[in-house]
Amino acid sequence: MAHWQAIAPAAAQEVEHPSSLVVEFGPDRPLALDCGASLSPFTIAYQTYGELDAQRSNAVLICHALTGDQHVANVHPVTGKPGWWETMIGPGKPIDTDRFFVICANVVGGCMGTTGPASRGPDQVKPWALDFPVVTIRDMVRAQAMLIDHLGIDTLFCVAGGSMGGMQVLQWAASYPERVFSAMPIATAARHSAQNIAFHEVGRQAIMADPDWKGGHYLLEGARPEKGLAVARMAAHITYLSEPALHRKFGRKLQERDAPTFSFDADFEIESYLRYQGRSFVERFDANSYLYLTRAMDYFDLAADYDGVLARAFGKTRTRFCMVSFTSDWLFPTADTRAIVHALNASGASVSFVEIETDKGHDAFLLDVPELFATSRGFIDSAAHARGLPPAREA
Amino acid sequence: MADLAAMLPTGASATRIDLVLVAGMVEPGSRVLDVGCGDGALLRLLREGRNVDARGIEISQSGVNECVARGLSVIQGDADTDLADYPDDAFDYVILSQTLQATRRPRVVLEHMLRIGRHAIVSFPNFGHWKVRARLAFGGRMPVTENLPVSWYETPNIHFCTISDFIDLVNAIGARIERVVALDAGGKQMRFAMPWWVWNLFGEQAVFVLTRKP
Repeated sequence: MAHWQAIAPAAAQEVEHPSSLVVEFGPDRPLALDCGASLSPFTIAYQTYGELDAQRSNAVLICHALTGDQHVANVHPVTGKPGWWETMIGPGKPIDTDRFFVICANVVGGCMGTTGPASRGPDQVKPWALDFPVVTIRDMVRAQAMLIDHLGIDTLFCVAGGSMGGMQVLQWAASYPERVFSAMPIATAARHSAQNIAFHEVGRQAIMADPDWKGGHYLLEGARPEKGLAVARMAAHITYLSEPALHRKFGRKLQERDAPTFSFDADFEIESYLRYQGRSFVERFDANSYLYLTRAMDYFDLAADYDGVLARAFGKTRTRFCMVSFTSDWLFPTADTRAIVHALNASGASVSFVEIETDKGHDAFLLDVPELFATSRGFIDSAAHARGLPPAREA
Repeated sequence: MADLAAMLPTGASATRIDLVLVAGMVEPGSRVLDVGCGDGALLRLLREGRNVDARGIEISQSGVNECVARGLSVIQGDADTDLADYPDDAFDYVILSQTLQATRRPRVVLEHMLRIGRHAIVSFPNFGHWKVRARLAFGGRMPVTENLPVSWYETPNIHFCTISDFIDLVNAIGARIERVVALDAGGKQMRFAMPWWVWNLFGEQAVFVLTRKP
């Protein structure tokens, strides 16, 4: 299988043999997709933390963002870095693994062990590549529901996630209201904006313009569209930050030099930083996966499934919601969150909403933002109380 | 009522006695929206003392953060713009505690309260109180009192009214007064069935319970 070496070797290993729990759904349990196709057989790779209680009532599902994965609270098998949400999840953290059974699954279309375009296709030899069906946020959630069924869990105590993860949280609440006791969609939107679709298109075009993309068949041809994927990541990364944060961190500082070189070398620190972000991303991510997952976000428009009325998506929901946005997030601005809050109010839902003041931009949901932790802790604790779960152990 | 007062944070009972009064007016187990809920003192009183499904709207980020961190269902929002999103009859009570005078369009806010709640409870400082009148009449300056401590150029209170003014507004929008309580300067309920002009002169704060006319 030499062609799999076309992805960075460590990442390729995770596609075929993930360092995770795995559930395989055979031909008897196909995943029906929004595009009309059905995916079968398929695999979900997932991580769990903490213990499921006897009543199976303390399960928390974490939904990951575009370039995240299931390694939410453990050292990442490829990068060796801490889990992407260890600030939020762990013993004594707001989502306390001493109290809750936390599940996080790689999304359908991903590249960390759940079936996606880099996985072996129907012939079990060649990778799916562009023959992989286009998936949606709703498809991801349907697959997660099959995993939750498999784990024998009826109702999730909480579903939480930011950005694309927040879209999945909203879709969970709309598709399976009786299975979601509480929901925490963070820095997200009920539909992807034209501006966001535009940024995604820039990223996709960068990948597809790379000659090593080979019309999507780079895996078969032993090539790697590293340049294109890195540029896509660089462009996207800018949208996750804010102008004040960029200025604070980098300003116009030069990279290890005293004067401009009068060349196109990375003179500025910000250039060097972005190049590093691009380089490290291609070590862990599959280019076609990036195409599919950005597409899934673009297609997301929750209200469209309910005659354009977002409130109808939530019906007479009994789920308790906590929405969080960040002042400097221009990718998923507060107005997007407010639209969801209005819809939830119109459907009489129990909803809390906080806009947190920070200059850290969209990425704030992943960073050390004390107000986010205080809000999450308060919401989770009161929901746990309402659910009849035991309180946090005294430290 | 004594048990509710005991639940207020220490030191708060003297200043926000109207919260205890308002909480006591709410049927236990009902659905309540507190518009302008601040740090959530009334919501906590209602949740813990009256077993109420209590929700709130608050304009300040710090207030909302504090509420949500305490497990209250509170959204960041503005009474002037965000009440329009709630459906009719969503709540048993909609409460506006010491906030009416800070809204841009008090009449619209009150109409929305009566639309989305079966009852509206409104508490406000009475600008007709004799101290306020004296300050303006004899001092010749906008009143700055213990209850209204901010100078005119800094106050968020842009629509002051007296008890009599408020009754005019209630009549103008065709609502029915279910109950009124006035508190004197000592925070005590004025006991006797006195004429409006007496309340308007000696009531420092007023609490109205309103409903739509059938």
